[in-house]
Amino acid sequence: MKRSSEQPQVADLRVRRGFVRGAHVTFIVDGAEMEAPEGESLAVALFVNGRRTLRRSPRDANPRGMFCLMGSCQECVVTVDGRRVPSCMEPVRAGMVVVTGDPG
Amino acid sequence: MKGAGVRAEQSVDLVVLGAGPAGVGAATAASSAGARVVVVDENAQAGGQVYRAPPGTYGIDAPDTPEAREGARQRAALGESGVTHAAGHRAWSISRDLAVDAIGPHGLVRWTPRTLIVAAGTTERVIPFPGWTLPGVIGLAAATVLLKSQGVLPGRSTVVAGCGPLLAAVAVGILKAGGRVEAVVDLAGARDWLAGVPDMLSRPDLLRQGAGWLAALAKARVPLYRRHAVVAARSHGEGLAIAIRPVDAAGAPLPSGAERIVSADCLAIGHGLVPSTEVTRLLGARHGYLPERGGWIAETDGDFRTSVPGLFVAGDAAGISGAVPALHKGRIAGFAAAHDLGLIDGARFDALAAADRRALARAERFGRAAARLMSPRPALAATMTPDTVVCRCEDVTRAEIDAAMADGADSLNQLKAWTRCGMGPCQGRTCGEAAAMLLAAHVGGRDRARFWTGRAPLRPVPLADIVGDFDYDDIPIPKAAPL
Repeated sequence: MKRSSEQPQVADLRVRRGFVRGAHVTFIVDGAEMEAPEGESLAVALFVNGRRTLRRSPRDANPRGMFCLMGSCQECVVTVDGRRVPSCMEPVRAGMVVVTGDPG
Repeated sequence: MKGAGVRAEQSVDLVVLGAGPAGVGAATAASSAGARVVVVDENAQAGGQVYRAPPGTYGIDAPDTPEAREGARQRAALGESGVTHAAGHRAWSISRDLAVDAIGPHGLVRWTPRTLIVAAGTTERVIPFPGWTLPGVIGLAAATVLLKSQGVLPGRSTVVAGCGPLLAAVAVGILKAGGRVEAVVDLAGARDWLAGVPDMLSRPDLLRQGAGWLAALAKARVPLYRRHAVVAARSHGEGLAIAIRPVDAAGAPLPSGAERIVSADCLAIGHGLVPSTEVTRLLGARHGYLPERGGWIAETDGDFRTSVPGLFVAGDAAGISGAVPALHKGRIAGFAAAHDLGLIDGARFDALAAADRRALARAERFGRAAARLMSPRPALAATMTPDTVVCRCEDVTRAEIDAAMADGADSLNQLKAWTRCGMGPCQGRTCGEAAAMLLAAHVGGRDRARFWTGRAPLRPVPLADIVGDFDYDDIPIPKAAPL
């Protein structure tokens, strides 16, 4: 199993001031472990961990990622524990199994 | 039987859709007048987008902004009222008899209220341009979610573009959070902003806040491009190369203007807010086009009743004017609903609504001035080149839409049927404004182009959630008919 540290990293984009996050939990994304604070939006956790492309568009297979972040546009849909959900509306939970449409 | 089953909640007078300021206002007002109220919202906590709370698993150092305090106040008011807050519930279907079907953490729920108040807020208008589908391009409102609720920068470096007060709010939010803003690209010119000042004087506190934002941007030496539009974004290494050009007052790129390229990780862009009309369209309410209030909206009377009996629409969903007016619109609608339910008489309704009507009149002056800065700029259609994807869900390009119009498509529904534009999982929420803008130019106005017919499901729902879990033995097999 790949460690998330092998994936491309963006500089830490999480703002410290004003936010007191809970413990980081581990979950599985496309077969690799990833860590994020429990309760963070899954779309945000993927983004902060360098996963900007979450799926491919239906006809032209162009890269797509989070766009509206409020459950409207459906661009960030991934499969979580077997259910297709907009990742921006899904909180990170320990052990959740995420399959994106662009395993890289 | 292990089938999902629908939990029916019959004893409800009023369902309010949306727990933003309008929904909280409507629900608490109606409840205080004696109504049994349920407020349904897909988010975990009340507050809507403006007063959006961080995840419940997070702690907060201190609520240090007026917005954070107001959000906390509204959540407390809702919690202390007798209102049932169905958080984490996604309403996916509403029938003509106002029965609301939702999926929540414990499965399916149906409420059958006598009155329904839609307080669904807005969606963001983003007019397409080449590259707007690239990862790294996000909505301006999305950037506010990242900053306020998630505490995350939209990129190591960001270009903030589009129009309206969110531009400065997002740019300053990024700076305060320690991020870098490469440029602010504003469709409006200084004159457009100044035109709003007399109305904005009705809220000196907010005007001061806006002036403070501009000062903060100047202090940080953030380049501010007034009367400019983003005309393209391209992948450039790990980030984006963003092309901007000067535009005229209507948003059309000036042919003589020089293109300039700005590099950044992220482009946060929004061309204004659009009232959410999925439910009012689904239920067949009468709508009209009022660009200065956000565009296609349900017609209402002064108490926010639509043309459909028992159906109200309140807050920004009834016309954009901002979070403070939304609270008052919601409260008026809530009292009106209580009146229509027979819980209070006309005199009592007038007395209860009077303070909110006065406050609304004051607050709306500012809100409407801000909304005018976000009103549609049809000439922006020029940024949609023939190969620009307009419908992100179905990869439908402008050339395909133009071809359908040339073939005779003269309503948005026909355009949808011929091209699949608006037929994907977002149900046209993302592309609707752009498609309507193109068609309106072709058929002579938005009122003639009309809008998509509303359809269930309002949001995609996994079929398994509706069907539930059942065995073969659970299927009832009728006795064979006698021969």
